[in-house]
Amino acid sequence: MKKLLVANRGEIARRIFRSARDLGIATVAVYSEADANAAHVADAEEALAIGPAAARESYLDVSKVLDAARQSGADAIHPGYGFLAENADFAEAVIAAGLTWVGPTPESIRAMGDKQRARDLAKAAGVPIVPGSGRFLPGETEGVEAAGAEVGYPLLVKAAAGGGGIGMRRVDDPAKLLETVAATQSMAGKAFGDGSVFLERFVPKARHIEIQVFGFGAAGAVHLYERDCSLQRRFQKVIEESPAPGLPDSVRARMTAAAVALCRHTAYSGAGTIEFIVDAASFEFFFLEMNTRIQVEHPVTEMVTGQDLVSMQLRFASGALHGVPQADIGCQGHAVECRLYAENPAKHFMPSPGTLSVFSLPADIPGLRIDSGYRQGDSVTPFYDPMIAKIIVHGATRHEARTNAAKALREMSVQGLQTNRTFLIACLENESFVTGDVYTSFIDEHRIDLLSAAEEEIAS
Amino acid sequence: MTIINIKTEITGNIWKIEAQVGQKLAEGDTIMILESMKMEIPVSATEDGVLVEILAEEGATVTEGTVVARIEA
Repeated sequence: MKKLLVANRGEIARRIFRSARDLGIATVAVYSEADANAAHVADAEEALAIGPAAARESYLDVSKVLDAARQSGADAIHPGYGFLAENADFAEAVIAAGLTWVGPTPESIRAMGDKQRARDLAKAAGVPIVPGSGRFLPGETEGVEAAGAEVGYPLLVKAAAGGGGIGMRRVDDPAKLLETVAATQSMAGKAFGDGSVFLERFVPKARHIEIQVFGFGAAGAVHLYERDCSLQRRFQKVIEESPAPGLPDSVRARMTAAAVALCRHTAYSGAGTIEFIVDAASFEFFFLEMNTRIQVEHPVTEMVTGQDLVSMQLRFASGALHGVPQADIGCQGHAVECRLYAENPAKHFMPSPGTLSVFSLPADIPGLRIDSGYRQGDSVTPFYDPMIAKIIVHGATRHEARTNAAKALREMSVQGLQTNRTFLIACLENESFVTGDVYTSFIDEHRIDLLSAAEEEIAS
Repeated sequence: MTIINIKTEITGNIWKIEAQVGQKLAEGDTIMILESMKMEIPVSATEDGVLVEILAEEGATVTEGTVVARIEA
């Protein structure tokens, strides 16, 4: 690998360029009209325009990206995350063009992109999936109670033809199962014209914990421990950390073993993440999905393991890395990542594009790393996602990482648009967060407290 | 009869215009949908009335506070 084109923008393009430069690989950026003056363009040795601001006419246009690779003489493409990163057709086109694809095989991308196939693969690899039953036709009651006992309580009775929360009823008491099934069958028959239902376990207080993996194809796979990404708004992550607070070692061991088993089962190649939903009370865990790319929150893993995941991707893709012994991957201290978004938390996290008239970053905070796609004076346009920067802090303990992250957020100055900066501080200092009591509805449930703490922070 | 200006709350691109001139609208009805930072944000009628003017085209970029439609209430 001599020259790498990064088919992406913003912080992840810059992040990939850093590791490429360290390996002596030349760098090529691509950019849309909206990004002509962007930081990632300035960082690369070469940069090619690939079309208008709208992503589907530039960053998502396979032929334009491939043309840019040809024109620049790049011999490899890294897709970053988002855009074309999990597009199996793109991966195939890159390979067919005779270029090195920095990512898993198109077959892996395709298999994991299909939710049902991913679930089947997980099951075949012995990875726990959310327990569910077969279908029960309208009026069918035989076997329902046994299925309920097997699935476990609390459970949801779901209309097979429903979706998005419609046609779902929760059952906590096994004695109520039969009547709820009958009621759901009747409702589903009227609403969807199909009265069949099935049962699925419900996790009332869930955590989102994911395992970072790196597969070496037939040569095996390693894990790089977990990340807890329970703090989310609108299904997007806000704060991530590693290790997951309070996760028992025995559960961690089973989760990492399950993740490695799935990689081995599929002869997975490259960096990937296996997401689990974890019951916050019992620590039962179930496979959600596998992401076949480098993730936004990969730095927390890099901070605790000391590994450079992007460098591993580049070395593996170029044939310079064939495996890493699991014993060589340690986990030291604690890391927290806060996503600084251009948005207004008080207005339902409404996006707030604008120009960063002031964007000054803190200095002298131990263990601080900031990955950002923007510099002071840059515009955060409405065309792409609202993330301005990732504030990542490593400390000897969770307390140290958490308090230094809050300090970093307090010492930085961001003006010209609205951000969630003080909201992030409020999360980091929330009593429940401090004790490690995190779960996926945390932000929703603490919303009022978090917003008022964020307001006070602005006033002070 | 008063004319009410409908303004955008944020900077974004007009993704889809949903209502037509002459249409009767109730407060909260969607007139158009903006796309900004991967989110769809509706621009809605602020009062009951008749849509008398649409001042933007699909695909156009509008800044926060731009008058994009007028309603006669």
